[in-house]
Amino acid sequence: MFRLSSYRDFDWVLLGFVCVLSVISVLEIKSATLHTKFHGFDHKQIAFLGAGLLLMFLISMIDYHRLIDIVPWAYGISIFSLLAVKVAGQKVLGARRWINLGGGVHFQPSEWVKLVLIVAVARYFWNLAGRDLTWPDIGKAAALVCVPMALVLTQPDLGTALTYSPILMAGLFLGGIRLRQVVIIGLALLLVGGIAWKSGKRLKPYQQARINAFINPDSDPKGSGYQIRQSLIAVGSGGIWGKGANKGTQTQGDFLPIPYTDFIFAAFCEEHGFVGAMGVLLIYFLILMRLIQNAQTAADLPGTYIIMGVVAVITFQIAVNIGMVVGLMPVTGIPLPLMSYGGSSVLFTFLALGIVMNVRMRRFVN
Amino acid sequence: MELTPQTELALGKAEKLPMGKLHVAQYGVAAVLLILSIGLWRLEVVSADNFRAMAEANRIRKVPVMAPRGRLFDREGRLLVDNYPSVSCYILREQIKNLETDLPMIASGLHLTVDQIEGALKKYQSAPKYQPIPLKQDITPDEQAFIEAHRNELPELETLEEQRRVYPRGGFAAHLIGYVGEISEEDLNKEKYAFYNPGDVVGKSGVEATYDALLRGVDGSRDVIVNSHGKEVGHLGETMAQPGKDLKLTLDLDVQMAAEKAMEGKNGAVIAMDPHTGEILALVSRPTFDPNQFAIRLSKSYWNEILTNPNHPLLNKAIQAQLAPGSTFKIIMSYAGLQEGVAQLMHVPCNHGATFYGHYFSCDRNHGMVTIDNAIPYSCDTFYYTLADRLGIDTIARYASSVGIGQKTGIDLPDEATGTLPSTAWKMKTFHEKWYAGETISVGIGQGAVTASPIQLARALSGIASGGVLRRPHVVFPDEVPADELQAIHETFPGSGEKTIPLSTQNWQIITDAMYSVTSAPIGTAYMARLEGVDFAGKTGTADVVSGRDRSSKNKDTIPNAWFVGMTPRRNPDIVVAVLWEHGYWGNNSARLASGIINAYVTKQRKRDNNIKIAEVAPAPVAPEATTSKDDSPKRPTAEVSN
Repeated sequence: MFRLSSYRDFDWVLLGFVCVLSVISVLEIKSATLHTKFHGFDHKQIAFLGAGLLLMFLISMIDYHRLIDIVPWAYGISIFSLLAVKVAGQKVLGARRWINLGGGVHFQPSEWVKLVLIVAVARYFWNLAGRDLTWPDIGKAAALVCVPMALVLTQPDLGTALTYSPILMAGLFLGGIRLRQVVIIGLALLLVGGIAWKSGKRLKPYQQARINAFINPDSDPKGSGYQIRQSLIAVGSGGIWGKGANKGTQTQGDFLPIPYTDFIFAAFCEEHGFVGAMGVLLIYFLILMRLIQNAQTAADLPGTYIIMGVVAVITFQIAVNIGMVVGLMPVTGIPLPLMSYGGSSVLFTFLALGIVMNVRMRRFVN
Repeated sequence: MELTPQTELALGKAEKLPMGKLHVAQYGVAAVLLILSIGLWRLEVVSADNFRAMAEANRIRKVPVMAPRGRLFDREGRLLVDNYPSVSCYILREQIKNLETDLPMIASGLHLTVDQIEGALKKYQSAPKYQPIPLKQDITPDEQAFIEAHRNELPELETLEEQRRVYPRGGFAAHLIGYVGEISEEDLNKEKYAFYNPGDVVGKSGVEATYDALLRGVDGSRDVIVNSHGKEVGHLGETMAQPGKDLKLTLDLDVQMAAEKAMEGKNGAVIAMDPHTGEILALVSRPTFDPNQFAIRLSKSYWNEILTNPNHPLLNKAIQAQLAPGSTFKIIMSYAGLQEGVAQLMHVPCNHGATFYGHYFSCDRNHGMVTIDNAIPYSCDTFYYTLADRLGIDTIARYASSVGIGQKTGIDLPDEATGTLPSTAWKMKTFHEKWYAGETISVGIGQGAVTASPIQLARALSGIASGGVLRRPHVVFPDEVPADELQAIHETFPGSGEKTIPLSTQNWQIITDAMYSVTSAPIGTAYMARLEGVDFAGKTGTADVVSGRDRSSKNKDTIPNAWFVGMTPRRNPDIVVAVLWEHGYWGNNSARLASGIINAYVTKQRKRDNNIKIAEVAPAPVAPEATTSKDDSPKRPTAEVSN
């Protein structure tokens, strides 16, 4: 084994911000489940966070170059596990996303695949480093991401599948895609999307309903528009200072749907208002800036690529989740990193941060 | 500086880090967070008030607290109509998640059909969504248990405790009391019901309808905090319901009972009134209906039964029947003839009738020489044919109109009938034809075009007996009703109301004495109905329902209506009773019914008087013998009637 890098070089500042947000998350989960049968989820979240921190330290000990070496294997296992979910997965709410590992442990491979894809894409573009991207390069990169994405999409889990796309986009962007290529791809996607929307067959009825509800939340206040409507009411009624911890009427009265996972930010906004929400956004801003700074100081290109992959995924999830909560985006079921309740989400985020730490600790090479 | 081991893949790399692109990424992240901040600002700062109101509307539900309806008592404070608590089931349309799957469940749980529920939903289509729709009233405990057990699956079902009406059994005084029901769409559009909401329970007829504004009270409400399943998790405040006002009716339970008993098994109506005040002491209409059946959801079969009954159970015949008054009209004729100075001079030979304008008009007997004094007890048609001919139709109409014939009396009950009072102007207006003098003859005996209701006849005849003072009949004591409400009721029910008509003392005496002879003299048409020791006066009427008398006919529909308007004492009567017995054959039959009611009244008054006397006069035991005790009216000269 190689020598351990110094934990002086561990990003303690970043970890500090992450911990502040985690505490806020636990308190809000506690509030949102106070009068429900999910009471006690805050304790489970603490356990997840503890496991996450442990994994973060563990993964930071393995040189990220070693991870890049083994990523083809990991990628293969990922594809296999996604197929396994399709066959042996547990059906929850009409979708096969989970594998029951026994003993009450459920494993959602699609979260884990995200991590593999970040490293895989970093490896791919690193290998291309130094030359302009050709169309076959772009095609191969797209295939790398789209195969697992398609598997997740058919679980069906549109939300998680969508979170794979920023990894590809970040890779293409940093890998040197040219504006002309971006425009051509953009037009092509628009065309395909238009045809798909016209035929209306690509989206499940509930997905179509969600998009319709996004466009006009009042069209069906008891159906698909309900979640968006209740979320907007929760956020809006919070006002500048909020209604106070455990005092959100939308959250406590069970009007806000799943206020401890996807809509946790709406619950937080209701109880802590605009001021609280801006505080959380500020912490996200500091975390993301800190991550990008680490990307800048990374020892080599794959390190930069990996960190930027993490930045892309987290930024995307923040944009889609909070965008949904404030009515700028349709309901997609993407958790808010570091805030939403959920083991898979927490473990992914901390593992991703662990790899970032990993890169940072090994920045002073050469 | 530490060196980290390099993998074989890392060996060839020496590229520049894409610093510019990382700066772009920084700006990108900042832009994303900025856009989200703007979104938050828009919601939480700009539209916060709006959303706060929506959040409140979400969690606070106004639950109506029904005001108990005012109870009804008789004039002595005996309870007639009460309330009992009952639970109704409502459906909240905002809470319906899947109507198609829920409907059969609700239907089976509440013992309704799917069609009934759909019908209810359809009926309230135009009502605002948040308004609960009444689904089933007066639900049973097991239906309540069903709703409680399915709170989560069927959050749209809501129960509400309400007060419901209990009416006297067997349709007792049903036409006077009336009944309540859900307000109809038609009524909602009326000005009177401007402040009512769909689903409100309102009085539909009788006192319930007229005095609805007083009886209904003001519903209160409770602001309860609910969660998204509609489950109550707390409550904020309460606006107390103001109970409806209890009303004391002028009805006398004892007189009413006598009247109900008298009309048992018959068709027709009875009205008893205190002519001094216009207070209605009894009101019966037969056949009757059971208002309790209307208070809860009306069963289709009962409704059909009522609608198809040829004798119109819902019709309040005491104020709504418009029938030929027959010979009772002769009192009005006598009043006209005496006041005109014509009747007292008349000596009419009766020989089974007489010929007028080329037509023979029959009388039932050969009365010999008839004057005003015996014309009334004889009920001699020939005399009144002659009188009618002498007076002419317009004079008759003027006097009949002055005692309220052809107009509503203004009683405080809905849908009073006007009746018909013929005159030359009336015929021109109605038929665009001129009046023929020959038509006047039958009007003289209350046939022909003239029609009247029992209340009109009771008021007219007792008004004449009271020396020309006519009162507005009413069923609720005016001092029970606030002045403005009373004013509104008088405006809603216009009529001839309170009035005094000219009647000379001499003529008054002649008419009242003759009316006394009707029951007291052996020649009187109602001699069989006489009451020993009671100053009982009245007038019979046997009104043909088809032209030409056919009393022998087997066809029940052609049997004449039997009328009697009786009163005691004969002058300034304390009570007047009008009896209409449809197809009762002979006025005398009604007279016996009326005498029974009057006797019940007199007996009761005497018992009361005796009680007072015991306290006042002597401690000696007094046997309260109704028939032998002193008549409570002042001694008046008795009629001198020659046979």
